[in-house]
Amino acid sequence: MSIAVRNIRKKFGTFTALDDVSLDFPTGELIALLGPSGCGKTTLLRIIAGLEWPDAGRVLLDGQDASHRHVRERQVGFVFQHYALFRHLTVFENVAFGLRVKRRAERPSEAAIRKRVHELLDLVQLGWLADRYPAQLSGGQRQRIALARALAVEPKVLLLDEPFGALDAKVRKELRRWLRRLHEELHITSIFVTHDQDEALEVADRIVLMNKGRVEQEGATNEVYERPATAFAYSFLGAVNQLPGSVQGQGIKVGDDLIPANTNSLALGDAAIAFARPYELKISTDSTSTTGLAARVNRVLLNGAIARIELVGETVLNGSGRPPELEVELTREELAQLELSVGQRVRLVSQSLRAFPYAAGQ
Amino acid sequence: MTTPPNVSAAERGGRTELTAEGSWTAPHAAELERLVDSVSTDPALMRATAINMRGIEAFDTYGAWLLERLGRPGPTRKEQLQILDLDERYAGLLEEVHHVNRKPAEPRRAPNPIVRTLETIGRTLEDVGRDFLQFVNMLGALGNALVGVLLRPRSFRLTSAVHHLDRVGWQAVPIILLITFLIGGIIAQQGFFHFRKFGADDYVVDMVGILVLRELGVLIVAIMVAGRSGSSYTAEIGSMKMREEIDALRTMGLDPVSVLLLPRVIALVIALPLLAFLGSMAALYGGGVVAWLYGGMSPDIYIARLNEAISVTHFKVGMIKAPFMALAIGVVACAEGLKVRGSAESLGLHTTASVVKSIFLVIVLDGLFAIFFASIGM
Repeated sequence: MSIAVRNIRKKFGTFTALDDVSLDFPTGELIALLGPSGCGKTTLLRIIAGLEWPDAGRVLLDGQDASHRHVRERQVGFVFQHYALFRHLTVFENVAFGLRVKRRAERPSEAAIRKRVHELLDLVQLGWLADRYPAQLSGGQRQRIALARALAVEPKVLLLDEPFGALDAKVRKELRRWLRRLHEELHITSIFVTHDQDEALEVADRIVLMNKGRVEQEGATNEVYERPATAFAYSFLGAVNQLPGSVQGQGIKVGDDLIPANTNSLALGDAAIAFARPYELKISTDSTSTTGLAARVNRVLLNGAIARIELVGETVLNGSGRPPELEVELTREELAQLELSVGQRVRLVSQSLRAFPYAAGQ
Repeated sequence: MTTPPNVSAAERGGRTELTAEGSWTAPHAAELERLVDSVSTDPALMRATAINMRGIEAFDTYGAWLLERLGRPGPTRKEQLQILDLDERYAGLLEEVHHVNRKPAEPRRAPNPIVRTLETIGRTLEDVGRDFLQFVNMLGALGNALVGVLLRPRSFRLTSAVHHLDRVGWQAVPIILLITFLIGGIIAQQGFFHFRKFGADDYVVDMVGILVLRELGVLIVAIMVAGRSGSSYTAEIGSMKMREEIDALRTMGLDPVSVLLLPRVIALVIALPLLAFLGSMAALYGGGVVAWLYGGMSPDIYIARLNEAISVTHFKVGMIKAPFMALAIGVVACAEGLKVRGSAESLGLHTTASVVKSIFLVIVLDGLFAIFFASIGM
């Protein structure tokens, strides 16, 4: 089932949670709603589920207006951050719950319920836990049971609200892969809220990046990562070096150094910020060069195939009166060629630096 | 002992550079502030473009803030002061402080006591109005769920209702009996002590009987149930709300009001009259025991006197009130439970509010009933 929201607005008191949000979620895709806390992503998910009502705007399910449809008629499966399993019911009964409470006419027979629940428990690979109570399970197991419970009613849409938010890093990583595999088996349209960019990049087909109640950027996962559309998108997705300065000539002036950058949309003298991912910056050891950002090598970390170089700029940033801290990633071979030593003065250049307008306090 | 902070100035290539030394920390805050202020008010020193922080021994939030205050562009300084050679471990602290207080604080309005009082009254009234709306809303939702159950009796969650009946009714019996027994005894003792001066011993029985049956029996029991069961309803529903179990129910197509709230409120409405009856009997018994042991009135006389003093009307007046009080307690407890938001603090807050509000409502209801019964001559 495809989902679309049109011009959704929602306010809590004076706080604007969603400000004119319109989005399309095509059938069968796994989409991540990504953004910092308080950006409105969970509110949007709850509005789609029918747990919350928008102040204005429409929710379309399969092209039909479902804004006034009750949550039980929307056929959604919802997975909560804190599992929300029923504590007094066994794992089996938790999963069976959604089927047992159906109206008599729609309710499957006892045998059919048993069969379906066992299928689902096998699907989440926890069939052996059927008789336990939620309190006896680990966090990761509970969340998988919660997912099985959400799937029991054969939802057309699966909504996951920070499903791995309460789990530790290792379990989270396992569950991400597992969720991705599960999605490939089931192909239910899924929307999945997270503030963890790695999670979104790893699991989702598409990413919707939100900030302060608005959609900042949406697109295929790679596209959003490779071509961030705004300064926020750049700084939120992945590790990044931030270089605030002002537009001058064919580049951006950071402290005393002029760095070549694409400044198309900006006027001369505008405050601007340029972003570079650690692997996009190149280190030049040519001491006669005057282009690029002058910096001093502070630390070299060699970890597997990738070397991380931490540097401190020689110049001082206008805003804070402090030199910028930078990070560059090189391959082992590149590092060997450069023969860097701690304290060495180098210049950093980048082929594809893009400048964005910069507002103070950003 | 740490060295006190100091700032000195030096000319270097036509530019003034400041040099900071010593501990820029909380124990030296007073000195440091004087120091920074003296620098900021000296026009010669304010021409300085940079401050060298190499000589700093220790640095904390106080130091960082004062350094930031010194460095910020303002009326006396055009450009940001450059900070040189600050130890890298303090860089994060300074960066953090750099973003603080960027806007000047809004001047505080002169507090006008009259305006403030009016504001408090206005806000309180708004709260009261909102509480009333929520009460009516919850009452309506429960009524709606009750109609649904009456239309389809099989959808009523009997197991849940019986379970709660056991908890708020049966399990409350011992404590209710004990308390009301003592209350009855205390009333009788006070009665004998004071009435004896007028030789009006006999009327103690009238007082105990009428007071207990009409007012105190049901009131004491209702207050105890509000504290005991109302609070536990709020806590249970609130913690389900916190753990999103209520949302989970809704996504599975169930109405939390008919699944969770209705059985609880019905259990309370059944249990409270039963408890009020038992409580009244225990209070009369307590009064009788005290009359015998303290007042020297034999049980036979006590019962005979009671028989003359009280009538079924007094008993009815008490019992009619009980289910309404139960409803008020149940509705307040459920409404407060659903108001709980994500934190444990909010759970505690609403549990307290639930008890306070339901006890208040019970007493108000009692007053209204007193007027009502007086006007119909009961």
